[in-house]
Amino acid sequence: MQPRTTPEVGGMGHSMKRKEDPRFIRGKGNYVDDIVLPGMLWMDIVRSPFAHAKIKSINTEKALKVPGVLAVITGETLAKYNLHWMPTLMSDTQMVLPTEKVMYQAQEVAAVIATSRYAAADGVDAVEVDYEPLPVVVDPFKALEPNAPVLRTDKKDKKDNRIFHWEAGDRAGTEKAFAEAEVTVKQDLYIPRIHVASIETCGCIADFDRVNGKLTVYMTTQAPHAIRTVFALVAGHVGLSEERIRIVSPDIGGGFGGKVPVYPGYVIAVAASVVIGKPVKWIEDRMENLQADSFARDYHITAELAAKKDGTITALRMKTLADHGYTDAAANPSKFPAGLFSICTGSYDVKKAFVEVDGVYTNKPPGGIAYRCSFRVTEAVHAIERVTDVLAQQLKMDPAELRMKNFIPKEKFPYKSALGWEYDSGDYPAALRLAMDKIGYHALRKEQAEKRARGELMGIGISSFTEILGAGPSKQFDILGIKMFDSCELRIHPTGKAIARFGTKSQGQGHETTYAQIIAEELGIPASAVQVEEGDTDTAPYGLGTYASRSTPVAGAAGALAARKIREKAKKIAAHLLEASEEDLVWETGKFSVKGAPSRSKTIQEIAFAAYTNHPPGMEAGLEAVNYYDPPNLTFPFGSYICVVDIDRGTGMVKIRRFVAVDDCGNIINPMIVDGQIHGGLTMGMAPALLEEISYDENGNIQGGSFMDYLLPTAVESPSWETYKTVTPSPHHPLGAKGVGESATVGAPPAIANAVVDALAHLGVKHVDIPITPEKVWRILKEKGVAE
Amino acid sequence: MATHDIRVTVNGTAYDAQVESRLLLVHLLRDQLRLTGTHIGCDTTHCGACTVLLDGQPVKSCTVLAVQADGRQISTVEGLEKDGKLHPLQEGFWEKHGLQCGYCTPGMLMTTCALLTRSKNPSEAEIREAISGNLCRCTGYNNIVKAVQFAAERLGKEA
Repeated sequence: MQPRTTPEVGGMGHSMKRKEDPRFIRGKGNYVDDIVLPGMLWMDIVRSPFAHAKIKSINTEKALKVPGVLAVITGETLAKYNLHWMPTLMSDTQMVLPTEKVMYQAQEVAAVIATSRYAAADGVDAVEVDYEPLPVVVDPFKALEPNAPVLRTDKKDKKDNRIFHWEAGDRAGTEKAFAEAEVTVKQDLYIPRIHVASIETCGCIADFDRVNGKLTVYMTTQAPHAIRTVFALVAGHVGLSEERIRIVSPDIGGGFGGKVPVYPGYVIAVAASVVIGKPVKWIEDRMENLQADSFARDYHITAELAAKKDGTITALRMKTLADHGYTDAAANPSKFPAGLFSICTGSYDVKKAFVEVDGVYTNKPPGGIAYRCSFRVTEAVHAIERVTDVLAQQLKMDPAELRMKNFIPKEKFPYKSALGWEYDSGDYPAALRLAMDKIGYHALRKEQAEKRARGELMGIGISSFTEILGAGPSKQFDILGIKMFDSCELRIHPTGKAIARFGTKSQGQGHETTYAQIIAEELGIPASAVQVEEGDTDTAPYGLGTYASRSTPVAGAAGALAARKIREKAKKIAAHLLEASEEDLVWETGKFSVKGAPSRSKTIQEIAFAAYTNHPPGMEAGLEAVNYYDPPNLTFPFGSYICVVDIDRGTGMVKIRRFVAVDDCGNIINPMIVDGQIHGGLTMGMAPALLEEISYDENGNIQGGSFMDYLLPTAVESPSWETYKTVTPSPHHPLGAKGVGESATVGAPPAIANAVVDALAHLGVKHVDIPITPEKVWRILKEKGVAE
Repeated sequence: MATHDIRVTVNGTAYDAQVESRLLLVHLLRDQLRLTGTHIGCDTTHCGACTVLLDGQPVKSCTVLAVQADGRQISTVEGLEKDGKLHPLQEGFWEKHGLQCGYCTPGMLMTTCALLTRSKNPSEAEIREAISGNLCRCTGYNNIVKAVQFAAERLGKEA
């Protein structure tokens, strides 16, 4: 798309340098741990070494004697105010601090408040807790067995460990299609538990002002407004009503879904500040972050396809067991316990489908949050893209050909999927064709055949994914009843500059730049003159925050529509100034002019000035607008990725030789930022494909609890990503945009896994679970007798 | 806890400080000198967000005791800009979109600053190797490599 505005205005399509960067490159960002308030105290947390244990006693005597330690807060302290339990976003309950037992290793047991970071840590070491270990349930399948210990003894009527059963689609029709199918394939997949591990961990400063009764919390949150409401609902009974709570989300060092939930640490810090009357800072360390914060994934999936012999897919069936840990603390829209997993028919025209998910309690940290994806989309995409390759292998068909055969045709959009979604727009063959051209697909297949003949292992993997973003339409989408709209409040100053405030919160996505570009596009005010603010609930309009790639689809649309409201009023003012009727005015970027007399015109700056100095009689002065955008539908970005891997037969090491990513996220606001989002998403997609997993031993001991064992990709493992675009605008979004922040995290893992399986297919390998570690591959090579 | 009187020179300015034996250099910089550009991202010397230069060498300041810096020169991200002029690396990161959330950026800048001191025209592989002790979760590293190449070229022209 050619930009409609000049580079000076910087509307859509300009790779404008980011407005937020001058502070970050100078070390002048303002992250939560950078903030120091007068009289501030420090909090540190005592955590459980056991995955399941009764707390027999907590002795704080020695801790209270440590120099600098002022208080130790336990579950008993909080129970006095009925704050020892809190609701989760999924209407389950979660302990803030335990009074009876702990349910996972690293669970919060007590908090020490002290005058310094170091004194608080000393205090933690001195707290003595006497535990009585209880039987541990680690395996979610065993958790559902009749003799499994019931974990949630706090729930009086709970007789088992099942959290929910959820299903979608046509069970009977799907069964019939499978019974009648010429070919069926079935694949078990485990999508392991992983952690977003943003480089900044979580933390807060809770500052309760006793004089005004006002609580200010500076915290690492992706959703400050929702958090404020949750705080008001949880602590209203102790006097914290919503107008006296201010949540400030300062610069955030990466979020990826991990900074959506309310963690116990935040609540304890608030309680401590209220009780002590001083600001209390809590910053978790990396091990706490990996061990106790919400995890992502942990889906055990059985995926099946039914097809004709020619490769036409006729039906899909998926059965999933979801390990949620000890409480369902996912951050899904409330009506979707398994998120948007029912996007699992993917990019294909599947007539019959049925999907079911069972949620289970185990002795693991709670969560089920996203890892840079829109509510379980990654799990769904991995399953469909993997099992599609299993089918191709079964039919001895080229995986690209099988995909081309089954893609939803371009002319069928808007397309109603068998599981109930209305896909807005797409051109799937175009994206795959472009990816195949760019990587030289056919030449690679030839090379592979030659290498195979020489005993070398090389694989080519495809993933043609469809995402589902922009939650969401209020009819279906809410969190604890709050509809998932988002908002923009736009004010034009007399000199034609602007301030725009949004209900979202950037964590690196570049909202200060892209939102300004949206306003620039709509009003012709240079993006450099549009100040964007988010994250302070005292000033920003209410919105549900930034996750699930919803900022551009929802808040971005709110920005565009607020600007259009301004334009409507500006038109009236222009008509007054030009002594013309509104019907005779035409808008071109930045000015209204009289039809047929282009010299008679008023710029948006002149109009803004008039709005404060010479507004028409009977009109309110000023030039501002608010929009709360309720999206009519979700957006469905898509893409095709192709990955080439070489496997070392001596070590089992998988090396990504090339990776071509073709993305279609609709119209693009800032191409540079979109590419950056895709690069980052690709590396974060490679991470669980090849490196990352958090596992537990039979006693519930975490096996990936620090960066010693939990391996984030470095620049060395990351290949140089090759990115391309096709552009299929969303028909219902005001800007035709779809959102892009997570596409690559969603699309990359199956491309990599498919490439590895492809490299080993001639040895009879049909599937390898991620992460595909050298050890896993080496064991396969050894078993097949080809290890060097 | 024993305390020690130390003198460190940070970005050319000398500071006297009284520190506990166990105080980490990163906490001296952040909490006592209030130079908060240097960040903390892990406890195990893996993430590199806390990278500073100690006598010109990149070190992870979460694994150096403040007392070890006594009498030595420290450079942090706050010292890169000179006389209102950005360091070519700062320009490169801005120009090439080498940062997103900005949290790893100061560490990346200091590590690559040391790289460009010892290698005027590093290859892509050299750049990737040099920053392999600095984790970034946002950028996928593509544009960090480009940012460093931009800076190397700029420094080459200035030389």
